[in-house]
Amino acid sequence: MAEFTLPKNSQVIAGKTYTAPVGVTNSRRFEVYRWNPDTGENPRIDSYELDMDNCGPMVLDAILKIKNDVDSTLTFRRSCREGVCGSCAMMVNGKNTLACTKAIDSYSGTIKIFPLPHMQVVKDLVADMTHFYAQYASIQPWIAAQTPAPADRERLQSKEDREKLDGLYECVLCACCSTSCPSYWWNSERYLGPAVLLQAYRWLVDSRDENTGARLDELEDPFKLYRCHTIMNCTDTCPKGLNPAKAIAETKKLLVQRKLG
Amino acid sequence: MDCRSPLAKVHGLGSAKSGTSHWWMQRVTAVALIPLSYWLITFLNLSFHAPYQYMLAWLVTPLNTVCIIAWVLAAFYHAALGLQVVIEDYIAAEGIKIISVWTVNISFFMLALAALVAVFRILLVG
Repeated sequence: MAEFTLPKNSQVIAGKTYTAPVGVTNSRRFEVYRWNPDTGENPRIDSYELDMDNCGPMVLDAILKIKNDVDSTLTFRRSCREGVCGSCAMMVNGKNTLACTKAIDSYSGTIKIFPLPHMQVVKDLVADMTHFYAQYASIQPWIAAQTPAPADRERLQSKEDREKLDGLYECVLCACCSTSCPSYWWNSERYLGPAVLLQAYRWLVDSRDENTGARLDELEDPFKLYRCHTIMNCTDTCPKGLNPAKAIAETKKLLVQRKLG
Repeated sequence: MDCRSPLAKVHGLGSAKSGTSHWWMQRVTAVALIPLSYWLITFLNLSFHAPYQYMLAWLVTPLNTVCIIAWVLAAFYHAALGLQVVIEDYIAAEGIKIISVWTVNISFFMLALAALVAVFRILLVG
């Protein structure tokens, strides 16, 4: 059943405020979601006023500044700081994005930072990705071919066929799209979500893969695939500018094509 | 305690290997309802303003008879398909979900049947 009442510890309370040091003229306020499973307390919003004259340009730079200079207990994931690893996905001012590629200047006023929505929180900005990664594993994201690869060279692919993977291979599996999708919020136990469906389509259209029919069989399900109601939040939020909604629509077209010929 | 692996939970009972027809028929009925609903505007306008005998004579012409039956079939089928999706979206408890889907499907079937009986009654009895 849809949850109309939230568990007791879902209520977010006001937290500590860290004011900017004396003499700072260019300060910016960051409100960050904090939750520590060890204390048993409710989540809280801590406010940090940072010296923008002494901070890098991206949202991740501000978070790193908090961690390094203000409050070392802040917990988050980050690695590449250039939008390739997908670790620092979080919700900034109500929209999922990668903190490392989002400029602080693209917002005005206070910046509110939350973990990815509707995910179990491990601590602070760290979401539990276990289920998401298991869903990714379930679509078998690797080439499946009975025909052995040629002994003397790689499997060939025409330029045109390779171009079909553009807009798909760039996905870094940050989960911004899946966790922005209301359908994924309500039915993530069974609905695969936009990120995993885009990855599934990436293997459906790979000319070297020989498993298209079996892949379609696995996807053809009222919940795994057809929970997509073209809400388009996925495409709207994707920090890499990809279009998961289109990949899902193309998958549905393949299924209709298979059925109607 | 659920000790299944994350992958086992994701696989669950596996793919239903269906759903395409449901999705496709929802689109087919939606497209069919575009022209049929324009026809319905004319029909409703007449039924509010025209005299009964004129309305009857208008309705018994083959095109209008086909249109009203087609509209009834397409609209109720579309509504049943659509509501089923809404129920599947928002009701997670298996028992309530199945009962709700059945209730919706039977209700719309009966409503469509009642509408068709009414149409034939008007056409045949007058």
